Amino acid sequence: MINLAGRDILHGWGKFLFTGVGLGLLIGVTLSMAGIYRGMVDDGQVLIDNSGADLWVVQQGTLGPYAEPSSIRDDVWRGIAGLPGVAETGNAAYLTIQIQHAGIEARVMIVGMEVDRPNRPGAPAYLTAGRPVLAGHYEAIADEKTGLALGERIRIRRHEYVIVGLTRRMVSASGDPMIFVPLKDAQEIQFLKDNDALLNERARTAANPAFNRPGVPGLLEAVQAAGAQSRMVNTVLVRLSPGADADAVANEIQRWKRLTAYTRAQMEDILIAKLIATSSKQIGMFLAILSVVTAAIVAFIIYTMTMAKIREIAVLKLIGAKNRTIALMILQQALGLGLIGFLVGRVASGLWAPVFPKYVLLLPGDALRGFAIVMLICALASVVAIRAALRIDPAEAIGG
Amino acid sequence: MDKIKNSPPAIKLTGLRKRYGSGDAAVDALKGVDMTVWPGEVVGLIGPSGSGKSTLLKCLGAVIEPTGGHMELAGETIYDGASGGWKIPDLRTLRRDRIGFVFQAPYLIPFLDVTDNVALLPMLAGVDNATARQRALELLTALDVAHRAKAQVSQLSGGEQQRVAIARSLANHAPIILADEPTAPLDSERALTVIRILNDMAQQFRTAIIVVTHDEKIIPTFKRIYQIRDGKTHEEAGEGRTV
Repeated sequence: MINLAGRDILHGWGKFLFTGVGLGLLIGVTLSMAGIYRGMVDDGQVLIDNSGADLWVVQQGTLGPYAEPSSIRDDVWRGIAGLPGVAETGNAAYLTIQIQHAGIEARVMIVGMEVDRPNRPGAPAYLTAGRPVLAGHYEAIADEKTGLALGERIRIRRHEYVIVGLTRRMVSASGDPMIFVPLKDAQEIQFLKDNDALLNERARTAANPAFNRPGVPGLLEAVQAAGAQSRMVNTVLVRLSPGADADAVANEIQRWKRLTAYTRAQMEDILIAKLIATSSKQIGMFLAILSVVTAAIVAFIIYTMTMAKIREIAVLKLIGAKNRTIALMILQQALGLGLIGFLVGRVASGLWAPVFPKYVLLLPGDALRGFAIVMLICALASVVAIRAALRIDPAEAIGG
Repeated sequence: MDKIKNSPPAIKLTGLRKRYGSGDAAVDALKGVDMTVWPGEVVGLIGPSGSGKSTLLKCLGAVIEPTGGHMELAGETIYDGASGGWKIPDLRTLRRDRIGFVFQAPYLIPFLDVTDNVALLPMLAGVDNATARQRALELLTALDVAHRAKAQVSQLSGGEQQRVAIARSLANHAPIILADEPTAPLDSERALTVIRILNDMAQQFRTAIIVVTHDEKIIPTFKRIYQIRDGKTHEEAGEGRTV
């Protein structure tokens, strides 16, 4: 038996292909939306993986350091480092800021890390160029996505930093590239006020009789000195000894140190389930709407293509073609359109993914699922046209 | 013809009736049509617009159901109004295997080439592709259009398309062909050629052909004519002019 759908497609292949390309661009947008969601999840996962930590110790009762502000003293690590199962600790400070470089504004996450020895938790997992930060101040490692090059100087708040190393795929949960600086610099960037604010604050403190007491010499100076330095960090990253039970260590920290400690699983839950929950729902809504729009467009296209063949279908029915033959012809055309649309969509989404400002991750599994959904949508969409075709009266082929 | 008449008539209609609607809005399109067509015979069916020609053709083609009377195909009762209507459970198969159609416009399938347009009918009946295409080529040769066998329908002239349509109607060895105004879009010369072909095919394949027409050019070619007026047929002898 001749494949009627295939012959019809070949006969008007230009029109069919053009329609398929149009549909493909729509499918490409849908796949990109799914890719953006996957990219967000991956950004969160990468943030966790790259921190090199097994536990995140944060201010009690907060979801810090990524989802909520957290502020703890920078010496709490001492008490944590002595607990059984803890191999290494590292203070870390995180701050998302806007920087200007070469006339371009970019949003970056400043990461303050301890630089006294390599591979402390919080330091970039690997470098693609350059060297680690060795000096205690004003050196930085930048993610390649910042566009910064080795040896370049960049101004962050009051100071200039020289880029000594480059790394890759070190991003915040929002996808902003990271710039790693020494912890002391990050504390200054994050917690210290500007000079005008400091002067103003000193004047206020001096005017406060509680701090400026003639009977207590040195009190005012001590209070003012405390306001001019920061000893706070956002989190203590903990690396566990091999075989240590993360939950048990976390419970110990929470019990004795009056802090909150999150395991990797809990941090994944915070970053992926909580932090991007609204965004993923938003994307889910877009995906649902795009799926409905795709279905409506496929249904309309297939219906229009079928109605353009009313006379041929009437003749086919008159000369004895079974309903199954006609239904199969329409179904195959719908699936053919879906196949072309999916291929075009997959290629298009792959081509334009790098242009997106945020990371778009197109997973083969998502592509397979997308293909199955597209084919299902096309099959369902063809039902409208099939029903219309089966209602065509064979008598329409006979005049009168 | 006597030899042909020894076999049962290809079509025999007795008191065939068709009513559209009901009550006060009822319209009797056919009021008792009697008609007999023998194998190998080409008869004309003429009448003014609205006389019931198309309704009769649709009843003959098992496309609409009559409301009364009796209809036989090659001696087999296919419709009997007095005993419940259609006697054939699958009308689609009946149309596919036993009735050929030629329309005013050829209505070929535009996305199939000439051979496959003809071969489609046997393929729908389950004949394998190679045999169906061989049969199509034989018919196209008989109709002098085999040189366009691989052409697309849109590349054919009107006359060539009509020949292909005739070939399609013969592709399943149907004992009856219903031709609805088959010469309407053609000039005199081509119209007469189509009639000559139909006569040749009727003789060659012992096919009974009913030609519904208004075409004054071809009416003199029929040996027998059924004129339909007010839903009833009146048989007349035609001139039977040689084409």
